[in-house]
Amino acid sequence: MRAVPSGVRVYWRILVAGFRRQSAYLLAAFGGLVANTTFGLLKVAILFATVRAAGGELEGYDVALMSTYIWVSQGLLGSVNLFGRIDIADRIKDGDVAVDFLRPLDVQAAAITTEVGKSLFNLIPRGIPSVLIGGLVVGMALPDNPVAYLLGAASIVLGIAISAATVYLVVAAPGFWLVETRGLQILYMVVSGFLAGLFVPIWIFPRWLEIVAQATPFPSMMMYPVDIISGRVDSGQGLLLIAVQVGWLVGVGALGQVLTRAGRRHLEVQGG
Amino acid sequence: MTTTDAGPIIETNGLTREFRIREGARRRTLVAVDDLTLRIEPGEAVGYIGANGAGKSTTIKMLTGILVPSRGEVTTCGLRPVQDRRRLARQVGVVFGQRSQLWWDLPVRESFRILAAIHDLSATAERDRTDELVERLEMGEFLATPVRQLSLGQRMRAEMAAALLHSPRLVILDEPTIGLDVLSKQRLREFLVAERRTHGTTLLLTTHDMGDVERLCDRILVIDRGRLAYDGDLPGLSRTVGAERVLVVDLAEAVADLTGITGTRHLASEGHGLRQRLAFDAETTTAARVLAAVSERAEVLDLTVEEPDIEDVVRRIYAARR
Repeated sequence: MRAVPSGVRVYWRILVAGFRRQSAYLLAAFGGLVANTTFGLLKVAILFATVRAAGGELEGYDVALMSTYIWVSQGLLGSVNLFGRIDIADRIKDGDVAVDFLRPLDVQAAAITTEVGKSLFNLIPRGIPSVLIGGLVVGMALPDNPVAYLLGAASIVLGIAISAATVYLVVAAPGFWLVETRGLQILYMVVSGFLAGLFVPIWIFPRWLEIVAQATPFPSMMMYPVDIISGRVDSGQGLLLIAVQVGWLVGVGALGQVLTRAGRRHLEVQGG
Repeated sequence: MTTTDAGPIIETNGLTREFRIREGARRRTLVAVDDLTLRIEPGEAVGYIGANGAGKSTTIKMLTGILVPSRGEVTTCGLRPVQDRRRLARQVGVVFGQRSQLWWDLPVRESFRILAAIHDLSATAERDRTDELVERLEMGEFLATPVRQLSLGQRMRAEMAAALLHSPRLVILDEPTIGLDVLSKQRLREFLVAERRTHGTTLLLTTHDMGDVERLCDRILVIDRGRLAYDGDLPGLSRTVGAERVLVVDLAEAVADLTGITGTRHLASEGHGLRQRLAFDAETTTAARVLAAVSERAEVLDLTVEEPDIEDVVRRIYAARR
């Protein structure tokens, strides 16, 4: 008997399961795309005007690069978790997490893998179309270097994983102690979008706020992947950003693991 | 499988769990499980019964490592449930009547595939076991259906299969037949009996359904306010509390009420005496003796012996202890 499951196979299955589950909600994904596009156009109006008012360039952003920023960030919104909702939080609240603990799995890793699977599916009906629509309607700048796309893809997957791991840490894991974590979810939602660079790139923040943002995992969820895939940074800087992302994933994941272990001993599954 | 095969499958010693409960500003301590010491051997089928809040679910949570005991020791399959959670999960299957372990949005078949991966079954083991369970639980017609579209009866069969897919040595069922119709209950019970026969699986089940206990269990534990109130077999339980069994006889002709038979009490007659019901105490007489006495008075066409209602027995046990 092996001490641990052949990890790759089982987490791959769980990833695929998350992916397939999400495919059951295509209509919702389409609704999300419509919302993404609408808000994308709104961002175009505001940010293009800002760039033009600044004389055609703002902190390195011209209109074409800003367009890429807008449509890639909008496209990632269906996949990068900036809302703070995660299935495992509900399962902890209603006690279904007992079922998860009765499996020979790491509960945190399984929960995050499920979320990543769902997010990867959302790239198909929401992420890619959003970028295509924006590119066709408004036009955008894209890098010529194929390496940027490879690094970008890796960075996007990392960003998705970091967001899932952070929501797990900040919203789900406290549920082992707290009866109600909705306040944390709302707090996460308010802070994350802003610091991840969803509304404006963090590079046009005042310097002090930019530093604050970089002291959090939020830019790693969205800003850095957008920087890489839009070609705002070169391959060398891209690699550096990916290293920073890996650092955040490890850090956030390790903290979540600690809380899960402590929380499990504190858990009092409610009801029958 | 492992060296833990020998020895009891469940062993607890002084197992206790307290909860701190807040009532307004005051706090008090509730002892949900109180100094529980028991031992269950491999292959046994044990019914764990008691009223709501008696401590059944709390015990199960401690046996499976979901809940940390306040005091005392517990080993399940030779492992420490909290510390060895993942290793234990490979040897135990748990069915919660009120919680699902299936993937709601996915076809039933897909849940089985994921669980096979989780339990690291080989491709052959996965196929053989899935085929076996699909056949025995008659799941063929809804394997491709998403779980959310299943009827309760279908879903519980799928839940049962999901918990047993990895052929656990110990199966714990927490109210597995709750809400099911008679036919669905019957099907699940037959399945469990067959599973036990072919694989020697140990069963521990909590239930309010006395049919489950009568058909599945050869040992009964009654828990009352966290303490073990009875440990033994079903007839012994009836004897302990003096519950009577009832002999129902269908007679060839209508006769006068069958009163005055030693050790019995006449309960009722139907059809002018064609069917009569006699209560008797298994301590003082036997069904055979009563039947012989009845046969002297009239020809018996058919008979049934009704076992005592165990909920009633549990109530009597509780009453006797208070």
